[in-house]
Amino acid sequence: MSVLVNKDSKIIVQGFTGSEGTFHAEQMIEYGTNIVGGVTPGKGGQEHLGKPVFNTVTEAVEKVGADTSIIFVPPAFAADAIMEAAEAGIKVIITITEGIPVADMVKVANYIDKRDCRLIGPNCPGVITPGEAKVGIMPGFVFKEGNVGIVSKSGTLTYEAADQVVRQGLGITTAIGIGGDPIIGTTTKEAVELLINDPDTECVVMIGEIGGQLEADAAQWYKASGSKKPVVGFIAGETAPAGRTMGHAGAIVGGSDDTAQAKKRIMRECGIHVVDSPAEIGMKVKEVMG
Amino acid sequence: MNLHEYQGKEILASFGVRIQRGIVAHNAKEAVDAAKQLTAETGTGWHVIKAQVHAGGRGKGGGVKLAKNLKEVEEISNQIIGMNLVTPQTSAEGKKVHQVLIAEDVYYPGDSETNEFYMSVLLNRATGKNMIMYSTEGGMDIEEVAENTPHLIFTEEIDPATGLLGFQARKIAFNLGLSGTAFKEMTKFVAALYKAYVESDSNMFEINPVLKTSDDLIMAVDAKVSIDDNALYRRKQYAEMRDLREENSIEVEAREVGLNYVDLDGNVGCMVNGAGLAMATMDLIKMAGGEPANFLDVGGTADAKRVEEAFRIILKDPNVKAILINIFGGIVRCDRVAQGVVDAYKNMGDAMKVPIIVRLQGTNAELAKEIIDNSGLAVHSAVQFQEAADKVKEVLAE
Repeated sequence: MSVLVNKDSKIIVQGFTGSEGTFHAEQMIEYGTNIVGGVTPGKGGQEHLGKPVFNTVTEAVEKVGADTSIIFVPPAFAADAIMEAAEAGIKVIITITEGIPVADMVKVANYIDKRDCRLIGPNCPGVITPGEAKVGIMPGFVFKEGNVGIVSKSGTLTYEAADQVVRQGLGITTAIGIGGDPIIGTTTKEAVELLINDPDTECVVMIGEIGGQLEADAAQWYKASGSKKPVVGFIAGETAPAGRTMGHAGAIVGGSDDTAQAKKRIMRECGIHVVDSPAEIGMKVKEVMG
Repeated sequence: MNLHEYQGKEILASFGVRIQRGIVAHNAKEAVDAAKQLTAETGTGWHVIKAQVHAGGRGKGGGVKLAKNLKEVEEISNQIIGMNLVTPQTSAEGKKVHQVLIAEDVYYPGDSETNEFYMSVLLNRATGKNMIMYSTEGGMDIEEVAENTPHLIFTEEIDPATGLLGFQARKIAFNLGLSGTAFKEMTKFVAALYKAYVESDSNMFEINPVLKTSDDLIMAVDAKVSIDDNALYRRKQYAEMRDLREENSIEVEAREVGLNYVDLDGNVGCMVNGAGLAMATMDLIKMAGGEPANFLDVGGTADAKRVEEAFRIILKDPNVKAILINIFGGIVRCDRVAQGVVDAYKNMGDAMKVPIIVRLQGTNAELAKEIIDNSGLAVHSAVQFQEAADKVKEVLAE
């Protein structure tokens, strides 16, 4: 088992023929991901990387039964691409694009709220279910199959965590990069919930950052759920000063309750195994899984 | 992107928000001319001289003063322009004042008492919707109001599909205790303010105070406006308002070469790919007994040229005693990055005086370590995250 994506997902690439889309689509196909085609408006009818290109997402849904999309469309057009996917009936929309205006995401959040779909990202590394599907830009070889789920706001820190877990002789069910923007589709809480409810996931690693309330919400949900599955947590940005944005638009300390210290305190109170050092994530997972 | 008060007010006024009027001056002579012009245009007798820097709490630092005649306008402008203004939001050295806003006096006596309110427009991250936050307690530090009298802070969330609705604007005016002309003025003010926020692609408006004058007008006396950097491509007229003098010069230079850099006070420079890993690396430096000198995300394409540019940026900070490079190679191969570090080091020659710890993990990590170890350079290599931290500790102890 796994969550969000697996070997049966029928995945299309939006922004398929662009340089980013092409490069990562090749990598995903090489990994063995079930890419069934792509969308580039105006290039419908062509073939790219041996897969059909469609003008619209609706066409891709009708002709090849696409149910999952990964978006590499440039920031100015990405919000439109997300809403097109939602309207076409795509169930899992994974948006890699970085730099989408916040006002556009306000519209997207409102639009998809009323539709039966799940948005991951934007500004995220994507989702990987090792051995089945890599729907993202992460280095596939780092993620070995296993029973640990990962939820993270950051790309390379996700790879770091996965690498540490694998070095302990363990592996990953699904790793979900939720993104570091102020407005994202799937929250930490929702991603943790998916993994806690996945029968094959025996432990969840939750990696957050300064700014916002997502980790606190997830921690409180976890406590209330009464789940016995252990959760290991880390929050990056203990040393970041207040009021300065640290790379991710969402990583900014606004008040006293979104500092790394405050988040870690809440997570500990909710029964999460919090590590202070990012070098100890893997060891902690090994320890709590016995 | 933060703007000056005068620029923020310009944007507000362009959407029909009533503002306290003013003219920018760069020296005392311009200030006196501005004061004369303002008197001719508005009839104001007194003038307020306001330092234009990107920091709040300007009044507390002596950056906002009232001038009752032209002689005082000249004296005060001379005093403020060129000063290093220290406020609770600046560093101890303060910020150099390059220009002042000569503004009309809006606290003139009249039929009713003047009254100050607080109003901001911002994103509620939890709901993904914009909201207007407002309070009867204007003109003071809003954090203190939130701490001491949280029941005096109200919020109104806006549905993105409909925008601000009439009843919401009326609710705000009622909650602020207004009636009659001032009530109508406030509903207009709120509607124009929200329109300005949305159409300027701002991610923060803070108007403190919003003033009800003695003749029942509602106006923005101050304006803190921040535009969404991601939207500047479609708001070119605002992009031009960027005042680079207000920003850290190393950060400006880094941005020009496409690096995401934030200057900090510590002694260990770092170069990392990815924002989250960069913050985690900073945390690790602290745990190893150092203090991070910067945040630096080199992004996904850490080739030799970028590594060299990043080195140059970090070394501009004289406090840097060591540099930690932490790259998790995924799509980027570690051996390429290692070669980049070695080449950059050689290219920079004598400029490279501080010890360097390189931790490369991921694709071809072991090969990368070999390249570093065989380079003959004074570069320490590590593969595991903890190893890197231990090396930082060793280097700092030397």
